[in-house]
Amino acid sequence: MTATALIRAGAPQGARPFERFLLTAEAWSRLPAALAGDPSLGLMALWAEPGMVHAAFLAEAGGTVLLASAPAEGGRYAALSPARPGAIRFERMVRDLWGLTAEGGTDLRPWLDHGRWPVAGPLSGQPAPMPGAEASQPAFLPVEGEGIHQIPVGPIHAGVIEPGHFRFHVQGEVVVRLEARLGYKHKGTLSLMLGKSPRAAAAFPARLSGDSTVAHAWAFAAAAEAALGVAVPPRAVALRAVMAELERIHNHLNDWGFICNDAAFAFPHARCGWLREGVLRAAEVAFGHRLMMDRVLPGGVATDIAPGGAEAIRTALAAVEAEVPALLRIYESHASLQDRVVGTGYLDPAHAAAFAAGGFVGRASGRRFDARLVPGYAPYDLLAPPIAVEAGGDVDARVRVRVAELTASVMLVRRLLAELPEGATMAPLPDRAGEGVGLVEGFRGECLAWLRLDEGGLIRGAFLRDPSWLQWPLLEAAIEGNIVADFPLCNKSFNCSYSGVDL
Amino acid sequence: MLWPRLARALLGRPLTGAAPPVPAETVAALGERLAATARQRLGRSLAIREVDSGSCNGCELEVNALQGVAYDLERFGLRFVASPKHADVLLVTGPACRNMAEAMERALACTPEPRWVVAAGDCAVDGGVFKGSYAVHGGVGAVLPVDLLISGCPPSPTRLLEGLLALLEAEAPPARVRK
Repeated sequence: MTATALIRAGAPQGARPFERFLLTAEAWSRLPAALAGDPSLGLMALWAEPGMVHAAFLAEAGGTVLLASAPAEGGRYAALSPARPGAIRFERMVRDLWGLTAEGGTDLRPWLDHGRWPVAGPLSGQPAPMPGAEASQPAFLPVEGEGIHQIPVGPIHAGVIEPGHFRFHVQGEVVVRLEARLGYKHKGTLSLMLGKSPRAAAAFPARLSGDSTVAHAWAFAAAAEAALGVAVPPRAVALRAVMAELERIHNHLNDWGFICNDAAFAFPHARCGWLREGVLRAAEVAFGHRLMMDRVLPGGVATDIAPGGAEAIRTALAAVEAEVPALLRIYESHASLQDRVVGTGYLDPAHAAAFAAGGFVGRASGRRFDARLVPGYAPYDLLAPPIAVEAGGDVDARVRVRVAELTASVMLVRRLLAELPEGATMAPLPDRAGEGVGLVEGFRGECLAWLRLDEGGLIRGAFLRDPSWLQWPLLEAAIEGNIVADFPLCNKSFNCSYSGVDL
Repeated sequence: MLWPRLARALLGRPLTGAAPPVPAETVAALGERLAATARQRLGRSLAIREVDSGSCNGCELEVNALQGVAYDLERFGLRFVASPKHADVLLVTGPACRNMAEAMERALACTPEPRWVVAAGDCAVDGGVFKGSYAVHGGVGAVLPVDLLISGCPPSPTRLLEGLLALLEAEAPPARVRK
């Protein structure tokens, strides 16, 4: 039996638009072996509720999302990590938050729980108090060899970036193994969403990862709207897409500049920073917030585009469009810069596929996946963006994908603004039960949101999955064999979110 | 190519914006916190160490924007440094996450006195939307002694600049502080 058939044989639970199938614990335990023989089913996420484990899969061929669940009898469930390496960190997280153990898991060390919370298993339904518990020292994977030494970095880094610990095992100048230890920014986001209405909880996806605030808020809103069967007014759909594309543009510009800066080439950094500032100022004029935070809400958008907003956006984008070709020429024609980015931080397409890595990380290693196209959602069904795929897998390939995408996004915004439908920008939300999934392509990759509402329309279960979950482990693979000095460059070319995975 | 460029440079205005006005009350309040000796030692320049104690990274985006051509923080004598050991200011963003508390305390211990601690952003002010979570202590003030609060979610670069300039003004000799 294939993994897909095994899942579909479960009892449908009525999740929309992607069905969730409830498997018996026995059927779930056959899932790892079935997955091992079925590489076309990519693992997107693994999370839980008290006593119940959930997984989201992407059927790569048809582009559909498939959810599977099983009861965790006695607090245990069969681990998926032997078949899907991307499951490892999810399994560690599930144990820390819900107290459920992945039986046969590849790695059972704690992840988010650093031993500093007042409770253990905060989402398990019956968290155990941990008064005065001593935080344990983290254990890192061992490395053996002649002349190996360690470089510990963080949690506080030298730049203005998020906190996390990187443990490098180095031989001479070469990185033998990098292991990231994250979780420093764990804020208990999921616990704060429980018991709230989707409208009241929307502040949390908007702050899961500030650079992707629009994408996560949209995915969450889409999940709530699917759960409640609410149709979003066309004008709100178009405005969401305008904001999401502006978010893509400002982040791609920012990171392109920073990558050049990390190779000691400051000019593109200065210019990209200036162009990005123009985009953010236009966003403030149009939507009242530079990062467009809290603008996408379940049911629609918080405010209509301001008078003069479209013009401000067009002006900012004209400046971007005028300068990007010149910046690209500069990027390509300086040997010192090319020397740093070409061949650096190579991510094997096989790894990208095994982890089902989305976004520019996957697309720069040949994985042709963009959630706007497949499974697809409005308004991109009528406005299909071109997909940029590179085979290089290095820092340069990731830059090239992003430059191509930002250029495409400029065109998308122009068209969206030109054809902006008239009408309402918010639909009312009924208070009733339902279960929904949202999948929205942010600048980093696909953002997934799942939520389950009770009879009163309040959130009983929720999960927000940043694409970084499947990209962080690949950074560790990409840096192997590179020199320590190239780590900032590799790291910035991935630009994974810390807050997004720390929850 | 050269002549048009030269003409543009001569006639065009700089990209960098003007400095925002600094609220006098904030300056006065900060001035009172600072001993005369400390004022002498800090002078009219500040080295800032940014510490993210658990933000959503929205604050980091705006703090980074301060360093770009549009805001050009360094023209005021303000600059970011890589270590708290070199810093006069800890600029802290995000709620005080329990998993970050030890790192925050260590960063403070490494920062030589006299020093300022600035809590930037609504989360840093009082925990923001994450207030009451099992995973956070609250605002930055729950872990570190805070001298200045800058609100906003996230605070815009202009708002951040206002706050940081208030620190500089507070360090000016008392006669120069406009009442």
